[in-house]
Amino acid sequence: MSTFSLTRNPAGRLVCTLADGTVHANTTPVRAFPLAAPDEGLALMSQEGHEIAWIARLSDLDAANRAMIEEELAGREFMPEIQRITDVSSFATPSTWSVQTSRGPTALVLKGEEDIRRLPDNGLLIADRHGVLYLIPDRKAMDRHSRKILERFL
Amino acid sequence: MHPMGAAFVWWWSRILGHPKRLNIKRFTTAHLMSSPLTSSTQHLPDSWQTEVAMRTSDGDALLATLELDLDSTLRFSRGLILLSERSLQAREGEDGAWQRWDLRAGLALQHHDHAGIGTLELMDSSSGAPVRLATWRYTLEQNVAALRLIEKFDKQLEGVVNGRPQEAEEVVACPTCKALLEPGQEECPICTRELQTPPSTWTLFRLWRFARPYRWQLLAGFLLTLASTGATLIPPYLTMPLMDEVLIPFQNGKPMNWSLAGMYMAGLLGAAAVAWVLGWIRTYILARVSERIGRDLRTTTYRHLMGLSLEYFGGKRTGDLIARIGNETDRINIFLSLDLLNFATDVLMITMTAVILFSINPWLALVTLLPLPIIGWMIHFVREKLRTGFERIDRVWAEVTNVLADTIPGIRVVKAFAQEKREADRFLEANQRNLAMNDRLNKTWSVFTPTVTLLTEIGLLVVWVFGIWQIAQGDSTVGVLTAFLAYIGRFYTRLDSMSRIVSATQRAASSTKRIFDILDHISSVPEPARPRPLPQVTGQISLRDVGFRYGNRSVIRNLDLDIQPGEMIGLVGHSGSGKSTLVNLICRFYDVTQGSVKIDGVDIRSVAIADYRRNVGLVLQEPFLFFGTIAENIAYGKPDATREEIVAAARAAHAHEFILRLPQGYDSLVGERGQGLSGGERQRISIARALLINPRILILDEATSAVDTETEKEIQKALDNLVLGRTTIAIAHRLSTLRKADRLVVMDRGEIVEIGNHDALMAREGHYYRLYQAQQRTHAELADGDAA
Repeated sequence: MSTFSLTRNPAGRLVCTLADGTVHANTTPVRAFPLAAPDEGLALMSQEGHEIAWIARLSDLDAANRAMIEEELAGREFMPEIQRITDVSSFATPSTWSVQTSRGPTALVLKGEEDIRRLPDNGLLIADRHGVLYLIPDRKAMDRHSRKILERFL
Repeated sequence: MHPMGAAFVWWWSRILGHPKRLNIKRFTTAHLMSSPLTSSTQHLPDSWQTEVAMRTSDGDALLATLELDLDSTLRFSRGLILLSERSLQAREGEDGAWQRWDLRAGLALQHHDHAGIGTLELMDSSSGAPVRLATWRYTLEQNVAALRLIEKFDKQLEGVVNGRPQEAEEVVACPTCKALLEPGQEECPICTRELQTPPSTWTLFRLWRFARPYRWQLLAGFLLTLASTGATLIPPYLTMPLMDEVLIPFQNGKPMNWSLAGMYMAGLLGAAAVAWVLGWIRTYILARVSERIGRDLRTTTYRHLMGLSLEYFGGKRTGDLIARIGNETDRINIFLSLDLLNFATDVLMITMTAVILFSINPWLALVTLLPLPIIGWMIHFVREKLRTGFERIDRVWAEVTNVLADTIPGIRVVKAFAQEKREADRFLEANQRNLAMNDRLNKTWSVFTPTVTLLTEIGLLVVWVFGIWQIAQGDSTVGVLTAFLAYIGRFYTRLDSMSRIVSATQRAASSTKRIFDILDHISSVPEPARPRPLPQVTGQISLRDVGFRYGNRSVIRNLDLDIQPGEMIGLVGHSGSGKSTLVNLICRFYDVTQGSVKIDGVDIRSVAIADYRRNVGLVLQEPFLFFGTIAENIAYGKPDATREEIVAAARAAHAHEFILRLPQGYDSLVGERGQGLSGGERQRISIARALLINPRILILDEATSAVDTETEKEIQKALDNLVLGRTTIAIAHRLSTLRKADRLVVMDRGEIVEIGNHDALMAREGHYYRLYQAQQRTHAELADGDAA
């Protein structure tokens, strides 16, 4: 049972109506733990940056609201998963990597080794020159070629 | 070229191979920016050219393009937005359908970005409430083009709506920083500096820069090494005639030739003595050179490091930097002055020995040299493994240092939360990883040296067998075989030491890479190539359309502010509203990502950093005192200050009296974090420090928030002296401390929301009013609590 309902206005923004009748145009769903627990702890933020609702679990929501939030998140969240590293321009940074990602092939520029962040379970989070984050869920599960390249940067 | 240099190149071209280059057809913002505005299609890939030509015409010329690199589902794909004189057209993906909107009143392009992706929306508000017509996405790489598209769109739309054509001329401004460009200047000198080219893999060769000043000493060392090793080659040669002309004839019944034997003995002794003297001089010279190269490397790296921006230090860990400057420079200089020379000598010595062997007995020489290719191949095989291995060991080692550098300064927190054991475990874990890495490498390494020894023994055996057979055939003499056996011992020792250079070079190469990582890093707050002189400034500051992005987070947006000379500005806002960032931008600790900061009308990026900072005094929340006397700390910004100046500054900062109460007065030592002084006392020293350089611009970043109210009053008195007649920007959490401010600037989420004095802002009952009320309430509650 949700204490709010979501609609989308013609300007394409999410409008949130709370149980007490207050309406917030232009609300943004934000994940509290985007990496550790993406489906737990979501907040709806108002345009002014205040929290207007807390969702403990995405699965607690009814289908309509949930679909609305997931649609909005899908348009905002961009963290391509690297499936394969095809080639790197050099083993010294800055280095241009051409990669196969879950969102198609692309090239990214790694500014320094410190832009590779280690996650639990052999995961890696790589930030490119423009701040786009690329995820490697489990580097041990990658193919040999990619692993060999990665090793040189770790 | 210097012989050592030649050997160096030879070795390195073999070890490293050629840097692998990747040719990705990339379309960078730099390209976009560099193309003149009049030929908007020039920079488009060919595949788009025909499309663009089809969709534009003479009466509807192309104005701007934006190449999209994402589609609406956020997959990488190429799309395009075209702005022509009459319409906006867009296509998603290479085979999507074109959409077209004619320019008319009510249309607007909006953009925003989040987590590295930009969103561009076409909105229509012609029928009241805005309706979204289309959304496009791109990575921030295309941000500059997007901004330009919006700018052009707004202008063109205004022209269409008002019925007058857009003026043809245009002041060419850099789309990122809004700095005006000179006519004909295609690239904004301020923006085109992002380092994109990776440093070459020929890193080690670049060390020549450090070895060059000592090239004559190094050459002398090399020649001495050569000579002393040459001297060691004489004894085996002498054993040959000693055997054949003295010992064997004697055994065959001839009388002992004492004089000949004595001569050979003297030769042996002489050779040993010469080798000893030469080796002595050589070691001395090389040790000296080694120390000097090390010093140069360290100081150069440190000097460069000091010039880097705060952004760099923010992203690096202290332990890692300390390790680089400490251990790795050491390793490099040992490599340069010892290992490399040894290697060069080894190569020459092997050649010399081979020549001697061939001149004595070609067939036996051939057999002796047989294991050489095998050992060469082994070196080749092992070197790859070792290189990556050593690089990783270095990184793991830096991790070990990092744990120390993290924990020791934070020891109070560790103890307060009783986490000593956890920190010990963390250290253990880092050490375990270091151990595991070393174990893995040692597996390869340990098998290497014994194998070389084994090959040596086998080689020796082969020479014995072949030598005995030749003597039996009468093709050789006992003397020749003895000489060969003596040579071969030295020969393989050389090979062994050559194999050792494999590891030395790999280590040095990885160290070099890490040192050059620092040296190659171009400060994100660069010195201008031709700095403009900064005359005596009045302290007028103007911020134009300033934006700042930290990583992918936009911290300051579209900020405009003019500050008059001598004015005191109070910056107010919640924490995280961008106050400190703004101050950092004004100090030029960071450079704006958009817009400009000007002092007296001069862009601060166009003057030398030191010239500019001389005009800025900074008082921070946590005053940092360096290890040294109080006088030295006060004079930090002006080391040549006289004692009178120091005392005057301390007086003005209300620090004089407490300093005199210290046992050694101005000569008292203060520690790393200023131990022994209270927060208020340290703060007053830092105020004196700022006063002494007599800056035109003064920045107070929460200067009084770390102390209690009584102390604050003391500091406030000191500050009042400091502020006098200077342009002051003060950040304060306690709004009461900003009463003296001429204007208060209220910030919220990176933007200025209100400007005015206390009374005016209170009357408006806006952001400031709410902040003030909230604080009054807290004070009242505290007071109540105290009373009860």
